[in-house]
Amino acid sequence: MTEKMSVKGGTAARAEYLLEARNITKMFGDLAANSNVTLKIAPGEIHALLGENGAGKSTLVKIIYGALQPTVGELSWLGETVNIANPAAARKLGIGMVFQHFSLFEALSVAENIALALPGDIDLDELSKKISQVSSEYGLPLEPTALVADLSVGERQRIEIVRCLLQEPRLLIMDEPTAVLTPQEADQLFLTLERLASEGCAVLYISHRLDEVKRLCHDSTILRHGKVVGTVNPQKETAASLARLMVGADVHAINSNRVSSPGASLLKLNDLNQKADGPFGVALRNIELDVRAGEVVAIAGVAGNGQSELFDAISGERLSSTAESICINDRNCGLDNITLRRRHSSGFVPEERLGHGAVPGFTLSENIILTRHSDDDGLSRSGFLDRAKAIAINERITKDYDVRKGKPDPEARALSGGNLQKFVVGRELDRKPKVLVINQPTWGVDAGAAALIRQALIDLALSGSAVLVISQDLDEIFEIADRIAVISRGQLSEAFPASELSLESIGLMMAGAHEKKDSHITEKASA
Amino acid sequence: MDGTQAIILTIITASTPLLLAAIGELVVERSGVLNLGVEGMMVMGAVCGFATAYTTGSPTLGIFAGIMAGVGMAFIFAFMTQTLVSNQVATGLALTLLGLGLSGLIGESFVGLPGVKLTPISIPLLGDIPFIGRILFGQDILVYASLALVVATTYVLFRTRIGLIIRAVGDNHHSAHSLGYNVIMVRYACILFGGACAGLSGAYLSLAYTPQWIENMTAGRGWIALALVVFATWLPKRLAIGAYLFGTVWIMGLYVQAQGLGIPSQFLSSLPYLVTIIALVIISGNKTLTRVNTPACIGQSFVPDR
Amino acid sequence: MRLILEKRSEHSEFMTLMSPLLAIFLTVITGAIIFALQGLNPLEALYVYFVEPVTSMWSIEEVLVKAAPLILIGVGLSICYMANVWNIGAEGQLTMGATFGSIVPIFFTSWQSPLTLVAMLICGAIGGAAFAAIPAFLKNRFNANEILTSLMLVYIAQLILDWLVRGPWRDPKGYNFPQSIPFEDWQLLPTLGDGRVHIGIILAIVAVIILSILMSRTLKGFEIMVVGNSPRAGRFSGFSRKKTVWFCLLLSGGLAGLAGIGEVAGPSGQLQPSISPGYGFTAIIVAFLGRLNPIGVFFAGIMLAITYIGGEGAQVVLGVSDKTAQVFQGILLFFILACDTLILYRIKLLGSVTPQQAAAE
Repeated sequence: MTEKMSVKGGTAARAEYLLEARNITKMFGDLAANSNVTLKIAPGEIHALLGENGAGKSTLVKIIYGALQPTVGELSWLGETVNIANPAAARKLGIGMVFQHFSLFEALSVAENIALALPGDIDLDELSKKISQVSSEYGLPLEPTALVADLSVGERQRIEIVRCLLQEPRLLIMDEPTAVLTPQEADQLFLTLERLASEGCAVLYISHRLDEVKRLCHDSTILRHGKVVGTVNPQKETAASLARLMVGADVHAINSNRVSSPGASLLKLNDLNQKADGPFGVALRNIELDVRAGEVVAIAGVAGNGQSELFDAISGERLSSTAESICINDRNCGLDNITLRRRHSSGFVPEERLGHGAVPGFTLSENIILTRHSDDDGLSRSGFLDRAKAIAINERITKDYDVRKGKPDPEARALSGGNLQKFVVGRELDRKPKVLVINQPTWGVDAGAAALIRQALIDLALSGSAVLVISQDLDEIFEIADRIAVISRGQLSEAFPASELSLESIGLMMAGAHEKKDSHITEKASA
Repeated sequence: MDGTQAIILTIITASTPLLLAAIGELVVERSGVLNLGVEGMMVMGAVCGFATAYTTGSPTLGIFAGIMAGVGMAFIFAFMTQTLVSNQVATGLALTLLGLGLSGLIGESFVGLPGVKLTPISIPLLGDIPFIGRILFGQDILVYASLALVVATTYVLFRTRIGLIIRAVGDNHHSAHSLGYNVIMVRYACILFGGACAGLSGAYLSLAYTPQWIENMTAGRGWIALALVVFATWLPKRLAIGAYLFGTVWIMGLYVQAQGLGIPSQFLSSLPYLVTIIALVIISGNKTLTRVNTPACIGQSFVPDR
Repeated sequence: MRLILEKRSEHSEFMTLMSPLLAIFLTVITGAIIFALQGLNPLEALYVYFVEPVTSMWSIEEVLVKAAPLILIGVGLSICYMANVWNIGAEGQLTMGATFGSIVPIFFTSWQSPLTLVAMLICGAIGGAAFAAIPAFLKNRFNANEILTSLMLVYIAQLILDWLVRGPWRDPKGYNFPQSIPFEDWQLLPTLGDGRVHIGIILAIVAVIILSILMSRTLKGFEIMVVGNSPRAGRFSGFSRKKTVWFCLLLSGGLAGLAGIGEVAGPSGQLQPSISPGYGFTAIIVAFLGRLNPIGVFFAGIMLAITYIGGEGAQVVLGVSDKTAQVFQGILLFFILACDTLILYRIKLLGSVTPQQAAAE
């Protein structure tokens, strides 16, 4: 890394930049997603764009990629002012982008997906050959005729990268690429990116993972609340100093004063099996887990390995085939619906806030009724609703969990991601459940809200409840979990004490090291 | 012309309007849009086609007018659902209700008038081959057009870039948008194509199938076309087979009725509708058949961020 | 120039109330243009269409007679559509309601009791609900699209009725006309006032009140809205989509059936091949114009009934086709749907100036 730095020299000394974004401002209604942002990238440079969720990173790169138009400001490419009207124009210039939420088509083949990103009419057979060539050259194995629906998240990302590489880009934009990868897959990606940079391609690397940025990037621009708060060489900074720039204050440390003496088992999964729901679902196999009073158990894993299926099975949104497979609070609940399980002192927080955890067009108080209509607090008496009570509960929750809202009882969709997540979590914590299951507790949430939520989860466990957290964020997992299990292709590893696990060993499990061989083979055969 | 030949000929004429309307709707649905207004576009095509052909004496102009009527109706739908992001189901229903009303109004002065029939083409020699000559080479031009349309649609959808884009837009409009495709324009184009097909199908009814104007003469064919698209699991080839199966059911009902077997005519008339329900049930119950080809975005509105 | 939608952060209360009124206003304007194009005096024509029906007692009664089935069906459909259950076969359920309800007077001709009518109404509701149960079953069991199945069943219902009144149920003394025996006095709905308005309108008002309470005050109504708004959240909330499909289709089918027997035991007095001028379809417009709210549906039903009567009046006074009313209804639905966009979005007209140019100026 250091050699590379000396080759590049100080980027600021270079007279010619590949791309300059000058004084970019982007308004969404009254909200400034970017204000007066300037960003300069030199050829062959890996440039980090750092910032919290909601800092305006995505908006800025969408402008560079032509997917959004700036309200004010201009872009220049190789010193010339350009108007990037749409992504096609960006690609024409030589800008490629790998989105965080992939822009892929599940029902189409790998080759078709790639063809869609290339200009002009393309012969698919020829393209397939080219794909195989490029993908082997850069260590990104891909089968051109495979349907995207059948591929893992890591493979999908490879499609996105190969898509860009085939256009011989001069600037490659990567939006949080490692969020969906195992640590080992991420290492492989870094090699690819470094190779690209050594060939003269610039990389704009968007992340909030500081260790990665320190390791990979030559320069960095840091955004906070839509403004540039610093342009620094990340290798000369500490993780703490970068974090301070990003968050604007010292990061709130989680206070986990834990006495690790867990009590009785409150949530038990006994040989839980479930068939895949349709051709694109994941089957759950022989899942065993035991979460005891007073502890936080986390399930790590790459997205799409059965996390949401497992959540649905535990919550009762999908019923099991036997009552014994799920035991909550000493009751075999496998055949109970979600309402019965809730009555049995359990609470659930799904991954998707809008449309699953809350109805977007309903007010907060109505969303209280959503999960609590069958509780004992009288929200529903012999079929009739007590809306005043819902409003009162809402007042309490929004106060206790610092949910910031414009008016007393707004619609759920009017809240920011962080505030809505605090509401959805608070709604369950307010019931003081003995068992709480939460999927991706801080996905897409700002640091303040994330800290509050994590602290609340730990506090709940301290009060004697069992907490099960499903998360893709390894930092989060190590921050709050007592024990960690890993899910991969619908199979769950044993839960190990967090202190006994390294990032590497978790990475191996995420890649499927604990899977039973025989089922692995059947999976391949059926695919 | 013997009986069997006559029956086959009527089956072809009965199947053609179903096929025409359904192939258009198939393209619309492939792009991720559900247009329930097929019946409305079709009946407008029928009345405008008939009126124009009657007034000008030219079936060709009639066909053209039918197509334009379908396109005009489809444009209303496209504007409503794509530009104003109105609910597609409700807007489709509105289109059908408007079409049935408006066609009744336009057609009021044409009820009972003798129509201008689209004459079958006759290819010399080939058309004279006994039995199959008339069936294969003596149809009207729209029968061939409908079959050509199936081939062309298959080719365009699965072998060309335009088709790839249409399928992409129907599968994931957010991805298509982020790759720089104009989702709304693609859908506009597909909806207008669907309108043209439905209009043509209507004109076929009033110019070839029964050359006259009768109020509500589409008799649910637009809805059956919609069911056919599901039945065909969004594949043009299966659609052609399905359309001919339905045409056969439709004509067999009439045929049996003519034989006077004492079965109440109403039961036989209800056969196409009953068969539609049964077909829907058989296909919809099969998850693997439907889910793979179902356009994932069907019926969802798309509003780009700006 | 381009039309751009900008999403509001919450739905606009103001537009929720305004959109139906705006839609009616736009329809009236369009109507005036159509009349003017036909060489009529637009003001006179609009007066005949929209005002005259409410100027005389006689026509007000006619309006109420027509409004009763529209409201009964519309209020049921509004709940279906709220739950995202697309029952568009109300016309068929109405037909089957009429048929089932008529079993009582046709087969038990001499049973004269206060309960006769009650039995007829119950049978009518059961007939409609049973017919609506078919798409509900097919939807839940086979995932068959209820839009298509319920619509196909309309044709089937009409053919069944047609067969009955031309065949087994034909009045032997009816000079071969396709109709059933005429119902007796005690088999007809009691009338109010001068004798045209029957208690169907009372039933409609009762239905509106009950369903209004159901939707705004009860857990069941809440459940319907959750399931319709966001199926995933509905499942998370412990509500069953399948049960909702059953509930909504049976309810709306039953109400349509009630409307059907109301027509036969009311204005028509016997079964005929055609018993409704498309009430089941017009009720779709009623439901949307009423913003899928039972109280709104009440006013929307009255409004649409006025266009029916206005259409008849216009035919007599101005020689305008009676189809015009149907066209108006279609246009009205389009305007409602278009105006509903304003509830969630602001509409902006964007010139051809690009943002860059705008910034440079």
